Amino acid sequence: MSITIKDVEHVANLARLDLSDAEKEQFAGQLSAILKYAEKLNELNTDGIEPTSHVLPLANVMRDDAVKPSWPIEKALRNAPEQEDDQFKVPAVLE
Amino acid sequence: MSVFDLRLSELHNRLQNKELSVTELVEHSFRRIADTDEEIGAFLTLNEEGARRDATRLDEQLASGGERGLLFGLPAGIKDNIVTEGLRTTCGSKFLENHDPIYDAAVVSKLRSAQSVTIGKLNMDEFAMGGSNENSAYRAVRNPWDPERVPGGSSGGSAASVAAGQVYFSLGSDTGGSIRQPASYCGVVGLKPTYGLVSRFGLVAFASSLDQIGPITKNVEDSAFVLQAIAGHDDRDSTSANVSIPDYLSALTGDVNGLRIGVPKEYLGQGIAPQVKESVLEALKTFEKLGATWEEISLPHTEYAVATYYLLASSEASSNLARFDGVRYGVRANDPANLLDLYRRSRSEGFGPEVKRRIMLGTYALSSGYYDAYYKKAQQVRTLIKRDFDEAFGKYDLIVGPTAPTTAFKLGEQVGDPLTMYLNDILTIPVSLAGVPAISIPCGLAEGLPVGLQIIGKPFDEATVLRAAHAFESQTGFGSLRPALS
Repeated sequence: MSITIKDVEHVANLARLDLSDAEKEQFAGQLSAILKYAEKLNELNTDGIEPTSHVLPLANVMRDDAVKPSWPIEKALRNAPEQEDDQFKVPAVLE
Repeated sequence: MSVFDLRLSELHNRLQNKELSVTELVEHSFRRIADTDEEIGAFLTLNEEGARRDATRLDEQLASGGERGLLFGLPAGIKDNIVTEGLRTTCGSKFLENHDPIYDAAVVSKLRSAQSVTIGKLNMDEFAMGGSNENSAYRAVRNPWDPERVPGGSSGGSAASVAAGQVYFSLGSDTGGSIRQPASYCGVVGLKPTYGLVSRFGLVAFASSLDQIGPITKNVEDSAFVLQAIAGHDDRDSTSANVSIPDYLSALTGDVNGLRIGVPKEYLGQGIAPQVKESVLEALKTFEKLGATWEEISLPHTEYAVATYYLLASSEASSNLARFDGVRYGVRANDPANLLDLYRRSRSEGFGPEVKRRIMLGTYALSSGYYDAYYKKAQQVRTLIKRDFDEAFGKYDLIVGPTAPTTAFKLGEQVGDPLTMYLNDILTIPVSLAGVPAISIPCGLAEGLPVGLQIIGKPFDEATVLRAAHAFESQTGFGSLRPALS
């Protein structure tokens, strides 16, 4: 599997990363090498093998639907790079 | 001999008899850090004010009698991906350079109950991605045994700090070997508990199906003490296992007579340095002498583990790290044109190269058209790897091998070649994928550098792992190896 610059640009867009031309070049090479190595898995026949997402015998751990106190606003906003009127500030989403 | 070389019980006696105070222990820690850390680089943030305040409070408690916690007065370092309220937590990343957490991780609250003293936050590969600590956005950590060499990673600061005698113990996190491999390189004891034994509430997530917090200590007994303090169910972590916690200290009987050990031939085969293999074979002779038996076994899917791991861990990371968007915490790009521009530029400015590389790999593996070929395939192979362990544990109590294929390598040696770097974890990754517990303990020196022995146990059977490790350590004395760091 060879990763092209175009593939890198597509994935970077999905991952919300801006990459420099040098980074694109480097990642194309390195990701190609890593994915080539990963093709090793195709040596194994996994037909009918259940996928393991994690090893614990757990599914849908539920909690009681009970009201609990939430963070005070000043605490929740303590690390916000920008805030206004007790809210996280973001650029306009709609033009 | 440093006061940190005292056994925990002896230290507690001295505190009790007023021959020593918590303040003295804490000052010893800060002095040692001042003397050594310019070279080693283990700490990212020191908790000087807080630690001294805690020490004073604990000394007052000592004077007035009263119940003491399990880890009373012990200076501890905490890996910087474990959040500490009011104490900067960077994850080794520029993205969180000024992050001031608003709550304590579950393990931090547990340490507070056990009454240890947090000395500071320990350096690590950015977001725990790396095996050499060279991916820290702040500085590379150096190995106390040889400053030209890496301490391993990603909990490199945690291992180096204990090896350098800066703290009595530390906490690390292990996703594919990040506690065990640095413990091996630094000649200390590192335990990765069973997946689910220790709460991850407040651990900055890297790969959620694998991440686990564990102790790094100078000896096995201390490891049992710290594990006792941090293990247990927590309903704030939905993958926390609801199991009863045994008394780990009472497991340290020294008796391994009749214990059945499997030694995977894949763990002593190609790529394993001859001196590492030799040390491990010596260790097996020690176990024989102690009355345990061992046989060669096969974990046939071992060679597929690294590829499986990098697909799964990177996929999970690409999803987990989506939260770093420049809105709620961390880096925010200046004058964003719009929301998308804010996301893209904040992430690109805040993340280092290895983090970007793994986000890219994971995003690719999860993207439309490739999900089945990479992500699902890797999950299926994970099932096969786990079955290898299930079958082996049907016949054996423990699996034993090296922790890493080599001793610590030189700084800069592998930086340009991510794939070679990934292969350092070839013996720890399968264990993480299977979710079982494992410890790395020193089993000798090769050309002056520590070699780590990995002892792997059945799920939630940390007691047997610790028992075997303790018996070995008591028999050989390798637990008291210290670097000749001035």
